This record gives sequence, structure tokens and C-alpha cells, in this order.
Amino acid sequence: MAIISKKHEIPTQEAKVRAHNFDEVALGYSAEVAVEESKRCLNCKNKPCVAGCPVGVNIPDFISLVKTGDFEGAYQVINRTSSLPAVCGRVCPQETQCEQRCTMGIKFEPVGIGRLERFVADYHNDNAKAVAVKPESNGIKVAIVGSGPSGLTCAGDLAKKGYEVSVFEALHTAGGVLVYGIPEFRLPKSIVKKEVDGLKALGVDIQTNVVIGKTLTVDELFSAGYKAVFIGSGAGLPNFMNIPGESLKGVYSANEFLTRSNLMKAFRADCTTPIMKGGVVAVVGGGNVAMDAARTALRLGAEKVYIVYRRSMEEIPARREEVEHAIEEGIDFRLLCNPVEILGYKNPGNPKDLKNGFVVGIKCIKMELGEPDAKGRRRPVPIAGSEFELKVGTVIMAIGTSPNPLIKNTTEGLNVNERGGIIVDEKGLTSKPNVYAGGDAVTGAATVISAMGAGKIAAKAIDEYFTANNA
Amino acid sequence: MYKIIAKKPLNDSVVQMEIEAPLVANKARAGQFIILRVDEDGERIPLTVAGTDREKGTVKIIFQIVGGTTMRLNAKKAGEYIQDFVGPLGKATETDGIKKVCIVGGGVGCAIAMPVAQEFHRLGAEVVSIIGFRNKDIVILEDEFKACSDRLFVYTDDGSYGKQGNVTVPLKEMLSGGEKFDMIITIGPLIMMKFVVLTAKEYGIPCTVSMNPIMIDGTGMCGGCRLTLNRDGKRITKFACVDGPDFNGYEVDFDEAMSRNLMYSDFEKHAREKACNLFKQN
Repeated sequence: MAIISKKHEIPTQEAKVRAHNFDEVALGYSAEVAVEESKRCLNCKNKPCVAGCPVGVNIPDFISLVKTGDFEGAYQVINRTSSLPAVCGRVCPQETQCEQRCTMGIKFEPVGIGRLERFVADYHNDNAKAVAVKPESNGIKVAIVGSGPSGLTCAGDLAKKGYEVSVFEALHTAGGVLVYGIPEFRLPKSIVKKEVDGLKALGVDIQTNVVIGKTLTVDELFSAGYKAVFIGSGAGLPNFMNIPGESLKGVYSANEFLTRSNLMKAFRADCTTPIMKGGVVAVVGGGNVAMDAARTALRLGAEKVYIVYRRSMEEIPARREEVEHAIEEGIDFRLLCNPVEILGYKNPGNPKDLKNGFVVGIKCIKMELGEPDAKGRRRPVPIAGSEFELKVGTVIMAIGTSPNPLIKNTTEGLNVNERGGIIVDEKGLTSKPNVYAGGDAVTGAATVISAMGAGKIAAKAIDEYFTANNA
Repeated sequence: MYKIIAKKPLNDSVVQMEIEAPLVANKARAGQFIILRVDEDGERIPLTVAGTDREKGTVKIIFQIVGGTTMRLNAKKAGEYIQDFVGPLGKATETDGIKKVCIVGGGVGCAIAMPVAQEFHRLGAEVVSIIGFRNKDIVILEDEFKACSDRLFVYTDDGSYGKQGNVTVPLKEMLSGGEKFDMIITIGPLIMMKFVVLTAKEYGIPCTVSMNPIMIDGTGMCGGCRLTLNRDGKRITKFACVDGPDFNGYEVDFDEAMSRNLMYSDFEKHAREKACNLFKQN
């Protein structure tokens, strides 16, 4: 059989069309294409892809079942190790994980593992009739703080083993960054809801509107009978650049901008959540969050959207696919540029002018790449005298977050590092007995899948602890 | 869902509600706030805790009917439910070492000032309260303040009730007469707080202000509630939801805070009109 050197294309909405709607960009494989793509898998002996997956999905096994058309069986294989297949199939950076290690990838394009995973998960969500059965309880209560990817994974793994799991979520909807951060066009919220409903069917109790560190403390969870606690509270306070003008009206953190659009539904025409839309928008930063903010601003009706990033395209930390999509949609990348000031409107004749204090521009300086820093990335250095202005009405700062101090400040005996991240050992155990942690609360802003991996490791460690201590 | 146990109007535009939320009631202290959503797809609005009943598991909130969301909230009756109610958020008002305090409340801000005055009274501090309103129709909580204050001054802008003048008038009189306080705590419109701070500064009395900026999550995630403090010649960004809502009034950049609070005035006007039309139809 002839080898097909390239991945089967995944159909996408045309760039010009999708730039004005919030429907999903990628449309997913049909069953026929999925089967064809699955046949590209060589079923090689050493399965390097599995080692590239932070949650260790048995990739060749599920792909083999896709080949035979047993899509539900394929789903069950993925579901054994991943609690959120439909999410991972969409937002995992497969190109640096499973697919990067694929044997096919040595000579050709790797197998489209992510696209197949997405297909299988969507097939299950559309067709599965079997209702998940709540496993028999082992009577051990575990509390999970935060319902983002790490918390949901930890909850799912423990619930499958019979633990009585409660998830405490500060916001009014479960899902964490999957609902407030990642936009609808990349991850439809109906998919997140299905995954959460799946956990509820396994008996996981999800309590929204509970802020651990405020409503209840970690110690109070133990007093309430929980035997172990997993903290997956996510990243936290948005970073700003500390340049003049960041408090002007029209300057957002990406967290605020995306939360207004995603969680608070400002993207819907019938919604009353206020958000600044239209005009010219500058997004500062080059990560996935910056891409999400830029593409959201475009869909909300911006005339033009800039990405202002201080390094070059080579160093941009966002996924290649997201950058390509953004370029196709017309986002204007201003690379090797760094903002030095945000400019506001000021009517000297009329202090009561309602336009006063709104953003009118952003002053940037051109950069060049100098010597590599400690991480090996070439450090951007400003070019003296190269300042220029972009006329914009909205500026979105997407330059990362710092850990939220709420839990640290209210939990005695919980050690954090100099950046505020919770310190854990290789099993996810913190300095406090029976308290585990994972995801961005530990690492600082990272990926959905690495957070899921951390949730999985902690779930395993929690189970091992109780198995050993009850035996 | 959270049940509305009781509801009563305090004046034509200010309403008090008691909400069943045992976990919040158990923890809330003076100066902290909650965030609520009236219904699915509703906006998240912060409101200060105006009191708690731990035995009943209820939290008292007081709100002014100013926009679409507060109109929707006011449309709910006792016995009905609101969608979401989360808290307590923010830090409680610092009371340590304060033996004599002046509480200065303005308008609906008095609803926030009241539990703070009560807390100091309960702790045995000497409490002098000044409450100010535009006119007599909107005077609220006078009896409650009387009960927890050693001295109470009631002022209206137009003199239609109490004495005529704004809240800085009696404050200035006391301070210029040589009266000292360990702390002045002021809660109300930004412009009022700005002038209370200026008065306090003139006489070297420390002054705490309670900020109420635009906010979404209330847990330090979005940064929308940020404000700037001027400290030791540096400008420092703080988040009202986790670092506040109380701040050292000497340091707060009020002009910036006032400007930021107007960010969505156009949207709010639109939302208010929409809600007005909705309730007219019903």
C-alpha cells in the first residue's frame, strides 16, 4: 500500500468568513477521512507517541480501533487515561507532544493523532447511549479545588476508582480556563459542559460559587471529612508591563477581555455584558492567550487587530497552528516591537469631555535580538530612537499571570516558591500532609494537557496513599 | 440558587435583602463583599455585606437601583431565588489598635459603612459617625447608626434633613477644634472620599477608603478592578478584589479611579433603558 506522506487536511471555515463569527474554526474529520488517516499509523513497536502524551493515552490502540470502524471502542481506550478527550483533541499542542515523536514523522508528516482523537470524542458525544455508571464508593472523600483541566482530570480519575469527589469552583460555571479563557471558536462551551456532565454522571459533586481561601479554607475541608485535597486553582493575577497609561479606559488584561467575552458571553449579540468592541485593537504578547484575545477582538468587530510582540516569529510561544490561523484571518503581527507607553485622550479645554482618559494610541519601540538569555532565547534589546505610534482604541495585555495568593495566604504549612507557585514533589504532594497540587497553580501559566497530566499524577498518588494505608 | 428570605425598601431607590447563604454568613466580616448574579446570563455585580445572621445562615445586602442588573434584582420578591451568590470576598476592615474612629458614609455607601461602625462599636471603640445624603428622601439607616455611634451627624446637601452641607463640614469642625481620631474610615462616592481624605490629610489623621471599582470575578483573576497607589514616589498597581477593598486613602489615585469607573457609562445607560422597557412591559 502506498504511503500517504501528508496528514489528511481537517476542513476549516474559510478565514474571511470565520473572522466574523464565533463558530468553531476547524470542523473535524468525517468517518471516512478518519479511517483513512488512521491507516497511516504504522503501529510501530516502540510507540514513541505514548511517551509524548502527558496523560499517556494508548494512542496506537485507539487508532487501531478507528481503522476497524469501532469508534466507540476507540473512545473507551482514550477515556481510560484521559478525562477530557474532546477538549484535548482541540487544544493540545500535539505537534510538540505525541505527534512530534511519531515514527511516521521522521520521513513524512506524523499521523494526525489530535484530529483522530477529536473525531473519536465527538463521535462518542454524538452517538453514545450508554450512561456512565457511578462506581461503587470506597467511602473516602476527596476535595478538588478548581474545576479547570487539572481539577477535572484528578476528579475523574478518582471518581472512577470509587472515591467520593467534590469539586469546588469559585466562578459560577465549572471548567476554569476552558470556559473563561479559551474562546468558543477554538473550544465550544457545549463540549466542556458535556465533559463536566460526564464527571457528574460518575458521581462527582461540583459546587460552584465556593472560593477556597475565602468561603472555606483548606483546613476546613479536612474538618468537613475530606481525607485529601487537590489544589488546581490555576494561574492568577494578570501581569501588566508597568508602563505609563495602563490604567486608561480601554486597556484590558487578556484575562478580563476573554472572561467578558467567553464566560460572560459578550460575544453574543443579545448579551448585555459590556466590552469595548470595534475600532483598532493592539494585543501585547505572543502566546496562545494573545492569539485568542486578538482573534476574539476581530470577531467582536474590530476594524484592525495588531499583535505586538517583542521577539521575532521564531520565538513566538503560541502554537504554530494558532499563529497561522491568526495570520489567515488578517491579524497584523508587529514583531520585534515593545510598548513603552499607552496614550490617552485629553481635552485640555474641557476636563468633563467624556472621551478623556480613553486610549487613543500605543507608543512602541523597535527591538533587535541580542545575546541568548538563561533559557537560550535571544534577548530582545530596544533600538534607541526607533519609537513609533500605532493609533488604537483598545489595548489588551497578554503577558502572563502571577499565582493567586488566596490559598497560600490562608493555608498554614503550604510552601510556595519565590514566584508564588505551590511547591510539590514528583507525585504532586505539597509540603502539607494529604494536600496535593498541580497545573498552573504550581507551574505558572502552561498548557491544558500539562495541567491534566499533573491532575492525573496526583490522583494516582492519592489512590496509592489510601490503598497502602487501608491495606 | 440562593433564596431571598426577606426584602424591604429603605427608600425609593435603595433596597435591603436577606439572602440564604450559610457558608458566606459563617465567614463574612465587616468590610467584605459578595458577588451575585440575578439570573442565568446575568452580569456579576459586587455588593458589600451589610450584615450576617450566622444562626439563620443569611447575609444582608443593600443596593441602589441604578442599572439593568439592580432593576432585575429588585424585581425579585422574598421567597424567590437568585442564581449565584459568592463570598465573602476581599479583606475585612482592619480594626486592630483603633480605639477611636470616625466613620464617614455618603449616600448608599452608608450601607457599607454601617457594618463597619457596628463592628468598632462591638469591639468597644469610640465611634463618631457622619452620614451624608443629597436630600431627605434618600436618608437611610439613621437608626442603625444611632445605635452603634457615640455621636452621629446627619447632613444633607440641600438641608432638607439634618444639617445642611456635605460630610466634610462636621469633619473639619471636629478636626479644627482639636479632636483626634486613630482612624477615619470613609465609604461613599469617589469624589466625596477624595475630599474626606484631603481633610484628614490636612490634620494628619490616617484615613482608610473603601473602593468599589468595576469588577468581574472578584478573586484576583481579571484585573479589571485595578487601581493605582502613589507610595514612596512610585506608582503601584493593586487589585481591589484581593488587595482591598480598603486602601490607605492618602495613596489612592482618585482621579484615575473616577475616570475608570466611567468606562462603561454608555453601555450602562443602554442596559438601564433596556431593563426599564422590560419592566414597563410586565
